[in-house]
Amino acid sequence: MSILVIAEHSNSTLRPSTLNAISAAGKLGIDISVLVAGHGVSAVADALAKCAGVTKVIVADSGKLEHHLPENTADFIASFAKTFTHIVAPATAFGKNLLPRLAALLDTQMISDVIDIISADTFKRPVYAGNAIATVQSSDAIKLLTVRTTAFDAVATSGGSASLENMDTSSVTVPANTKFVGAELTQSARPELTAAKIVISGGRGLGSKENFAIVEKLADKLGAAVGASRAAVDSGYAPNDYQVGQTGKIVAPSLYVAVGISGAIQHLAGMKDSKIIVAINKDPDAPIFQVADYGLVADLFEALPQLTEKL
Amino acid sequence: MKILVPIKRVVDYNVKIRIKPDQSGVELTNVKMSMNPFDEIAVEEAVKLKEKGLASEIVVVTIGAAIAQDVLRTAMAIGADRGILVTTPLATDLGGLEPLAVAKLLQKLVEKEQPNVVIMGKQSIDDDSNQTGQMLAALMGWPQATFASKVEKVGDTLHVTREVDGGLETVEVGLPAIVTTDLRLNTPRYASLPNIMKAKQKPLETIDSATLGVDTAPRLKMIGLTDPPKRSGGIKVASVDELIAKLKNEAKVI
Repeated sequence: MSILVIAEHSNSTLRPSTLNAISAAGKLGIDISVLVAGHGVSAVADALAKCAGVTKVIVADSGKLEHHLPENTADFIASFAKTFTHIVAPATAFGKNLLPRLAALLDTQMISDVIDIISADTFKRPVYAGNAIATVQSSDAIKLLTVRTTAFDAVATSGGSASLENMDTSSVTVPANTKFVGAELTQSARPELTAAKIVISGGRGLGSKENFAIVEKLADKLGAAVGASRAAVDSGYAPNDYQVGQTGKIVAPSLYVAVGISGAIQHLAGMKDSKIIVAINKDPDAPIFQVADYGLVADLFEALPQLTEKL
Repeated sequence: MKILVPIKRVVDYNVKIRIKPDQSGVELTNVKMSMNPFDEIAVEEAVKLKEKGLASEIVVVTIGAAIAQDVLRTAMAIGADRGILVTTPLATDLGGLEPLAVAKLLQKLVEKEQPNVVIMGKQSIDDDSNQTGQMLAALMGWPQATFASKVEKVGDTLHVTREVDGGLETVEVGLPAIVTTDLRLNTPRYASLPNIMKAKQKPLETIDSATLGVDTAPRLKMIGLTDPPKRSGGIKVASVDELIAKLKNEAKVI
């Protein structure tokens, strides 16, 4: 068995999702190569070489791979993919964009959002917004998986001693018809939502963008990340990358505090694997209370400032 | 610009699903079905482009049992010009027709219809795979702009703003291209009664998937479908002080 993990990174820094993907790969076997495809990625490659469980770091450094466009990245990976039995990527926007394209080039039915690895060909994944868990067995020669990052612990970023191998990138093409125009990333000093130990999320109950600040205040007090329900995002209270749910991010922190969130199926799909769930809502019948370990029926505009002050 | 919009009939998003006792799948008998929400957004976006004079024709396609034509009629009531139903005896939610097979069937239709752009949902809310658009793009060798929250025609290209984990990203794709829709792209309109009546007169072609020459045999075997682990019922606390005490002493999370 030889496994390829596709690293997610910003060219200069490794994204934590990669550490979870390596951990998932470790359940498949011990021969784990990690591909760093990008431009100016030597720091990322060095960091990966130190990660526990990594055998080899394959570096593909080219200006043509800088923006991780799947149009040429998938072609490039497909050119050497057949030497591996498994290809694993994190089920993030990056992995979800790239891996199905690669899968089709390899004529493989990939498996999305794996939460458990039963054996080399059998995997568990949530379907129907997490309301059912499917166990599937693959008959493809190469298994392609994206893995749910919150379902696998991150590997340690030290203790490893992987070899580095530079790949010839002269065969990489410039994407014929796709151009990266620009990015507009949300600036935040808080921990990353999907990796945070504590997440405080606000919903429609906040009522306005200004009021959302009381959620942020509590988050800062606890060193937590801030999340939001779809209703809060659609109403413009919070940016879209804060959204937790089936169509947003999946989180599984130690503590999830849902403030003014009713608890629709779509939202629960993104947070119901949190260790402890706290709900603060003035509606005692809100569905969120059915999954909350601790529920407080109260006006959030009174309870939240109190909570922030007393912590 | 001709637009092809693949859509899917799925269990309505409000339905609380039930797993069949033999774990083979989800109970679909007598369950409310509707158009996949992301696909409604795709149809709406196509109609908007047509209203702006940027699109000439909108063709909607669905793959499924004969009854799946009801979502084609819905799409035509929203503003699509004609529909194609590709019939298959396979299940389309789980354990039957898989995203790769769907992408290959769609490839045949794209080759036949020659659209300039394919707009489709980023994922279906039953199988939750988020694969088909990317796979179709690969099979066609076309650019892909996934998770779109804004689509603008700029000259002969589309500028698509994509929802990525850190915020937003914009790519320029030349045509023909595949765009997959995220929720914030638009708010789908309701079909009016006159438009629903008119949609009944619009052309609907039926194609047997077996005639398209695609191997649709499943690559994945469904071993079983089970309920997710249940969370044990929690308690209600009376005050902020009690909540803090519980989190500190009982749950030990702060």
